[in-house]
This record gives sequence, structure tokens and C-alpha cells, in this order.
Amino acid sequence: MPSAAQGAFRRLFDEIGSVDAVGLEERVAKYGTRSLKKAAKLWGLNRAVTMVDLTTLEGKDTPGKVASLCAKALHPHDEASVPPVAAVCVYPSMVRHARRALGERAPVKVASVATAFPSGQAPLKTRLGEVQAAVDDGADEIDMVINRGAFLAGEFAPVQDEIVAVREACGRCALKVILEVSELETYDNIRAASFLALRVLRTGDFIKTSTGKTGLNATLANNQVMIEAIRDFYLETGRAIGMKPAGGIRSAKQALTFLVAVKETLGDAWLTNARYRFGASSLLNDLLRQIAKEKSGAYQPPYYFSEAAESY
Amino acid sequence: MNRLPINKTPKVYVGGAFIRSESGRVFPLKTADGRFVAHVPQCTRKDLRNAVEAAAKAGPGWARRTPYNRAQILYRLAEMIEPRAAELAEAIALGGATDEVRREVAAAIDRIVYYAGWADKYEQVLGNVNPVAAPYFNFSVTEPMGIVGAIAPAAPSLLGLVSLIAPVIVSGNTVVALASEVSPYPAVVLGEMLATSDLPGGVVNLLTGFRAEMLSTFSTHAHLRGLSAVVSPEERKQLELGAAESVKRCHIQTEDAGFDWYSASTESVYAIRDFLEVKTVWHPIGA
Amino acid sequence: MATAPRVSRNSRRQGRPAPELIFGDLWPYDPAPESADPKLKTRYDLFIDGAFVPAKSGRTFETINPGNEKKLADVALADAADVDRAFQAARRAQESVWSKLPGRERGKYLYRIARLLQDRAREFAVAETLNGGKPIKEARDFDVPMAAAHFFYHAGWADKLAFAFPGASVSPVGVVGQVIPWNFPLLMLAWKIAPALAAGNCVVLKPAETTPLTALKFAEILQEAELPAGVVNIVAGAGETGAAVVSHPLAAKVAFTGSTEVGKIIQRQLAGSGKKLTLELGGKAANVVFDDAPLEQAVEGVVNGIFFNQGHVCCAGSRLLVQETIADALVAKLKLRLRSLRVGDPLDKNTDVGAINSKAQLEKIRELVASGVKEGAELYESPCRLPAKGFYFRPTLFTQVSMSHRIAREEIFGPVLSVLTFRTVEEAVEKANNTAYGLSAGVWTEKGSRILKLAGELKAGVVWANTFNKFDPTSPFGGYKESGFGREGGRQGLADYVNLS
Repeated sequence: MPSAAQGAFRRLFDEIGSVDAVGLEERVAKYGTRSLKKAAKLWGLNRAVTMVDLTTLEGKDTPGKVASLCAKALHPHDEASVPPVAAVCVYPSMVRHARRALGERAPVKVASVATAFPSGQAPLKTRLGEVQAAVDDGADEIDMVINRGAFLAGEFAPVQDEIVAVREACGRCALKVILEVSELETYDNIRAASFLALRVLRTGDFIKTSTGKTGLNATLANNQVMIEAIRDFYLETGRAIGMKPAGGIRSAKQALTFLVAVKETLGDAWLTNARYRFGASSLLNDLLRQIAKEKSGAYQPPYYFSEAAESY
Repeated sequence: MNRLPINKTPKVYVGGAFIRSESGRVFPLKTADGRFVAHVPQCTRKDLRNAVEAAAKAGPGWARRTPYNRAQILYRLAEMIEPRAAELAEAIALGGATDEVRREVAAAIDRIVYYAGWADKYEQVLGNVNPVAAPYFNFSVTEPMGIVGAIAPAAPSLLGLVSLIAPVIVSGNTVVALASEVSPYPAVVLGEMLATSDLPGGVVNLLTGFRAEMLSTFSTHAHLRGLSAVVSPEERKQLELGAAESVKRCHIQTEDAGFDWYSASTESVYAIRDFLEVKTVWHPIGA
Repeated sequence: MATAPRVSRNSRRQGRPAPELIFGDLWPYDPAPESADPKLKTRYDLFIDGAFVPAKSGRTFETINPGNEKKLADVALADAADVDRAFQAARRAQESVWSKLPGRERGKYLYRIARLLQDRAREFAVAETLNGGKPIKEARDFDVPMAAAHFFYHAGWADKLAFAFPGASVSPVGVVGQVIPWNFPLLMLAWKIAPALAAGNCVVLKPAETTPLTALKFAEILQEAELPAGVVNIVAGAGETGAAVVSHPLAAKVAFTGSTEVGKIIQRQLAGSGKKLTLELGGKAANVVFDDAPLEQAVEGVVNGIFFNQGHVCCAGSRLLVQETIADALVAKLKLRLRSLRVGDPLDKNTDVGAINSKAQLEKIRELVASGVKEGAELYESPCRLPAKGFYFRPTLFTQVSMSHRIAREEIFGPVLSVLTFRTVEEAVEKANNTAYGLSAGVWTEKGSRILKLAGELKAGVVWANTFNKFDPTSPFGGYKESGFGREGGRQGLADYVNLS
């Protein structure tokens, strides 16, 4: 007799299929060979800027630091043609400061990592309270982490129930469900967790790779598993869920490769910040640097760009 | 008073049964001094076709036997021949076995034992893991080709025949062999010994008859995947021409090559390899 | 919350239009042509006895770029007299130099060649793409590095042959005549020349008539490597030249890669000659996908299996055998994937599927595809735009194919996939093996014991399990049945270039 956990995984894999690691990694390696030049490169860089969730998640965050982050989010660069980023991503206690700095109806959204980020190890009631507080303080988007312990134990119902509870608490805020892929161990599990989340999300919500607080974060392969799950789920149900790789994407080149993966897997409709985000901090400056280089033709020193937030 | 002996009617061993030619034709077997011994089946192309069918039936089961089991069966064959060595010697000599002929029989038995020993070893010599430059487990193994046609040299009729058959069947191939035209009788006797060994019927099929009548069918029968033969240069050409139609593997020696059948150099794992296919399998390594 | 992707989408979604993905022009990739200089000359002579020489007859032929039909160069056309000159040179080199060289020194030449090829890799990749039509990313990432790897691998064998064939004494075969095809011009050259030289043989090689340039550029590398004159000779031309190579009396061994039709002709030509022969011929590989396969990777494997190098691959997975229960899901995914394949200018770094190698080949593909439609199979073509000039064919997929259809039996050698279904393991094996070919096969399943069972039962020289179209110098390649005999690569490939006693 299989244990309940085995049975749960088996049933799920029977439905969603498995992933071959080597084949997957060979597939994503090909995205890196796409050559983006001139207009295509510039479009990609600008589009990547609009997808950045500019993030600061440090114990030493202050309202002042958040305010300067918001300023950068709105006007990433002196050059007027550079668009604002998608969102700033902060701890719940910083939501009201971010809201104040950005103003109402800002082009940049306020995202908050609620639910006892990054571990998620607090009573559900506490976590829901945190979500509620962030929403009340003016957050537009909530990033939550799933219960990895329950997931790995094959207890899928509690995992989904928690997502549903947070989703309800979010009200009209978009929900981003962090799978914390580095703790899921296999691509099979990432696909499985993606489906568990997708099945309880609404169009406009996201799934997200990582908190950025563990060893391995967003890789092209993890991203691929998740966007393939999003694609399969969309074709099956018509519900379009967004994707947010977070952590580890530091260079413009990397970001463009991720976007190539999106373009060739999910198509044009996902090349928008309504459906694709980069959770990153240092990435923004490299994007700006490359944009400036594309426009001026000259390579740029880092000190031309205002300092980005710390953290991942 | 002298008892009148019962003469044996020579039959060929095909598909595990003793048969005469479907044509009903025979040719006389005579001693060196011209004394009539018996009528030997003069097999035809249809007999060859039937033998191929029998081999095709036996092939999959034989190939699925464990190498250890094939080794034991070949060894068992040697055991069956050894006590009847004198009978085989007589079959070669027809009317007075010489030391030379006895030596041939002994060599034939030893050859079978030699190849029996390879059954569960050649794979370890011929196959290997390939260290490819990517995360794959990759290995090459050998597989039997299927049905192989064998055409034995005129002489030594027994040792030549056995030397062609043993390396072919040890790997799981089946064989349809044409015996020496001038000395077919050892093949008839060998058939009887095969029947009492544990070799499944149809693995070795022995035909007697005229090369000239059979050669073209050996060469063009597309179900024969390989040809092992010791023939004249002209016959070799004919065989290889026909073989091209089905891209058949040919390992054909010419009778004029001055072959020393007794030499240890004629025994080799590479004779087994000649009738194997190499199969390479890839599989990713990942969790 | 039922979301199993394997269930047919249409069954659940009545009334609403099915969700579609948009692979449009929101973010077009700019042209990204490879800019490296292929350093092509306007005229190439034959490479005989260490020097470039014109054909004795003075005749030449044009070689073109199939991507735009423009002429690239004039190439000397070798006839029997030139081929004879090449063989005489090879024999002299064999007797006076090459056979006297210790294996260790022979190996050093091969190492040199490998290194020089790596040095000039980009230049060769561009030349390969220009002459053959394959996408530059394949020439750059596969053909050229793999060719260098073959020389590097075999270099190390030159002084270790005794260890490759235990119990036997090893000697070279002599002069080897080699004829190679147009689908991997440089790589096939490497597959042929590297083991031949490592084993101590000398070579007369004929590249394909449509793709002679990288072979003749390779001759420049041989000069740079200071390979003794005559050890390798390269003669260009078409079928007649090839016939002169394989039938030359000094050819102790012939190695041919190409069609089964020509392979049979060569085997006939050599009948009775006592020469060694290896043939690497056509294929009609089955790619068998079970319902428990990692589907996404299977799709990639199937796509790579048939659209790699425009399907000009003898081991192409041209028959997809898919288990009935997942046939709809797999075909849907395949169609989706076909839409993101980029067909076009072979020199563009973003091109996935390049140009068909020649007009004749394009016509053959068209003819077979027309037969598929006529025989009742259902056609799906990638909706991509094709360049106006040059030889191009849309990635194509046929469903509703039965085993008797020509597209299920004949080698198309183009970007055309035939999809068939099966229910049981036995049926899969039977259909996969129901062909005169036996070069390669693929199997996709998560069940280990099933992989090993199929690996055993599929009658093919290479079995790719949960992958496809993988190659390596250490890994023997070659076919069963009418896909030819002999192996290339690995220890087993070396065996075809030596005499054992």
C-alpha cells in the first residue's frame, strides 16, 4: 500500500506528467543562443524594465530607503524614454511608506511579501492578518510563500487551502504565489507545485519561483517548467496566470534570455508586465546600462546609474 | 553367418527434424575407391527456403536464452560428439579413418568447446560503456544479426563446417548451412548429434547438395542477414553481388587462401563479432 | 478543478473558443547574420599529394549557396584519371611515410588537425552554412566542434590500437576510398578521415557534389598541419567521381555514407573484390512515445529528431509512434512547437530550420509530401513565411498516417514528420521494426524496465531513450539491416579501419 503522500504525488503526476531534467536543460540552453540585435534588443531591454519588481527586503530597510527606491522605480533613468518599472516589492511594514512615496494611481504598483516571508512559518491566522494589513496599507499585490512542508509530505489540500485563504484576503490585489523552488528539489516537484497553485488562482495572479532568501533561485530551467505549466493550464482552462522569476537574474543578458523563453513558450500575450515580472534589484541597473549603451553606442560605467537597492 | 547390416538412409537436419529434399532428389555418396555408400539428399532452393523459415522460427527463442545457457548447450554438443568421434571420423573418411581424420574430429570438438566458452564473455570484450561528453549514460552492446547462411569448404568437411557454425550461433544467431559437396556425410552425422544435444531445433539447419544450385538463393534470400562462406573467388563474387540487394553482411573467404583450419589463429572472438550488430543506447542522467 | 492537460481540450470547453497562444510580431528578432568571414576562394582545385591541382581534364563545376541560389565557387571536377593520381599518391604515402610512422607520431598529426579546426571553427561554420544551407547555429554549435572532437578522440587511439582489439594483432588496411554525403559535409569527413588516419591508413575522399567547400578548406588545414603529402587526398565531383573512388583497384577499403540505393550499387561493385566495405545508409527511424513520457521533453526530442538540419539526417526520427491515449495531446503540443520554429536565412543566428540542400532534394520532398496528401494523411504545415529565393520547405507534420503510406515507409530526408499511433508495447515494437531500415530509434517513457526492453527489441544501431539525435566521437553509430553495416565512432568504429590477425 502506498502511503498517502506517495499516492497524492502519483495521482498528480499521472495528470500532469513528469519532466526529464537533461532534456529540459538542453532545451533552455538553446534560448541562450538567440541573438538579439538593435531594435529587438532595445525593445527587450525596455520591456524588461517594465517588468521589474524593484525589490528591497532587508531588515535594515527604512522609510527613506523605500522612498528612494520608489523614486527610482518611477524614473529609473534620466533618459525620459525609459519606462517605469512594474512595482516596488517591500515588507508589509514598508507598504504605507511606498504607497506614500508613489502616490495613488501611480504607474508603479506596490507589492508586499506577506505571509511570514520568507519561511511562511507562522500560524495561518497571523499570516492572513499580515496580508490584510498590507492590503489595508495600500498594497496592490501580495507575494506569498506556499507551505513546502505540506507539499513535500504530499498534503496538497492544505497547500491549496492556504493559497485560497490568502487569495480571499487579497481581495482585489493580485496574488503571487512563491513556490520556493530551491526547496522542492526536483523539476517534477516544481511542475506539481505549479499546478497546485495554478488551479486555485485567478487570471491576473502569478506564480513565482523564489523568495530570493535561499540558495538557488530563478534559473532558466525552473522558469521553463513553470511557464510550461502556465501554458498547459491556460490552454486547458482559459485562465491566464502570470509568472515571476525572482532572485539570481542580475544581468540584462539573462533577462533577455528569460524573455526569449516566454516569447517562444507562452507567446506574445505574456510579454507584458501584467503577466510577467522579474523579481530583482540589481538587474534594473544593468538593463539601464545596456539601454544607454544601445543608444549611445558606448559602454557605460556603473557609476552613471543611481545605486540600486541591496538584497537580491 | 554374417548378419546383413541395416544401412542408414542419410537425411538432413532441418528445423529439428530429419528430412529428405522436398524434390525427392538424391546424389550418390561413394568412397574414394568408388564404392557406393548411400544416397544423400540433393537439397534445392525450396529446401533452403524452408530451412530459413525454420531458422526464423527458432531464432528469437535462441537469442533470448541466457549466454550461460547457450554456453552449456554448445558444451553439451561437444559432449555428444566426443563419444561418437569415431563415427564422425568414419563419416569423413568413408572406409578407413586415418589419424589425419581423427585429428580433424578432435579439432572440431575443441572448436565447439572454444566457442562455448565465449558465450558469456564476448560481450565483455566487444561491448563497452562510451564516455560521451554530455550527461548521458551511453553503452554499446552487441546483438545477433538473425539468420546467417553458411557455405562450408569442400575440405576439411567437418572442421570447416563446425568452424563456420559455432561462432555464428554462440551469440544467438541461427544458421542455415550447406555442407561440403564432395564430403556431405559428416554433416548428416553431425545433424544426428545436434538432435541429441540440447540445441533447439531450427538453430542449426544443415543442407546437403550442389553448391551451384543453391548459391544464388543463399546470396539473394533477403531474410538471411549475413553470409559466412569458404568458396571459390567466382562464387564469392556471385554471393556478394546478390547480397548487395539486401545489404547483407558477408564474411567470405576464398578456398585458395591456404587456410590452416587447425591453427589457433582461426579461432577468435572477432569471428563472433563478424555476425553481431553493435547497438548503442543513450539515456540522460538526471533526477 | 480538473486541469489534466492530457485530456483533449475540446471535450471540456464547449461554447467558448479554445484558448490560443499568439506567436506573432510583438517582438520580432532583428536579422542577426553571422559576420565571420568564411574565407572562400573563387576557385578550388583538387587536393592531391599535398598540393592543390586542377583536374587533368581542366573541367570544373559550380557550387552554390542553396540559401539564395548564388554561386560560391568553381570547383575542379575530378575524373578517373585524377582519382587514379590521388590513389597513387596515397599508396606512395602509405608505403613510404605513413605506415612507417609510430602511432604516437601519427596521433600528433591528428591532434594538430583537431586544434587547427578549433582555431578556424567560426570560419568553417560559415562556409558550411553557405554551401550546405544548414542553420549557422547548428554548423557553429554542432558540426564543426563535433568534427574537431572526432579528430581529438581518434588522435589518442593512434598509439593504443593494441588495447582496442585484445588478442589480435592490428595492422592498417592500406589506402581507403571514402565517399561522403552533403548533409554534414565536414562532420562526415571527420567521421571518415579521423579513424582511418588513426589506424594508419591513407585516404582518398570525395565530398558530395553540392557541398565540396569545407572538405577543400579542410585540405588547407592539412597543409597547415604539415601532414605528409598524399596521406589525405580530396577529389571533388559527382557520381562518376565517386564510382571511380570506390572501384579503384588500390582502394583496400571503401567507406560510404549516403543513400541505400547507392550503397547497394557500391556493394555490388565491390562484390568479389575482397575489399573491406562499410556502408552508412538511409533510415526511417521510429520515435516511440509512451503515455508516461516526459511530454515536454518528448516534444523537443521529436522536433529535434526530425527538424534538425532540415531533416537531412539519415537517423532522423521521421516516424513518430505515439501511444493512442496521448496522441491528441502530443500532436497539439507539436503543432504549437512548430509555430515557434524559425525558418529562413541559414546564416541568421536565430534560424532554426535552414535551406533544403538542393533543388533536386526539395522536389523529392515535395513529391513525397504530395503522395502523403493523396494517400489520405492529414497535413499540418508550420505557418511560417519562407524566403523568396533559395530552397525552403515548411516544417510539416502528417497525422492519420498508416504503415502502408509511402511517407511512413520511404526516407523523405526532409522536415516532414509522419505520426502513427499504437496501443501496446508489442504493437509499438512491431511497427517500429516493420521497415527494411534499422539505423536508429527513440523511446520515451519514465519506466526504466520498459526502456531496457525496447532498447533490446528495437532493431536499430542506435537507440535514444528519453532523448534523440545525440552524437559523440566515443559513441558508435551505424545501422542494422538495409541501413548499412559497420560502425563509426568509438572502439567499434575503429575496427572497420584495421586488419586483425
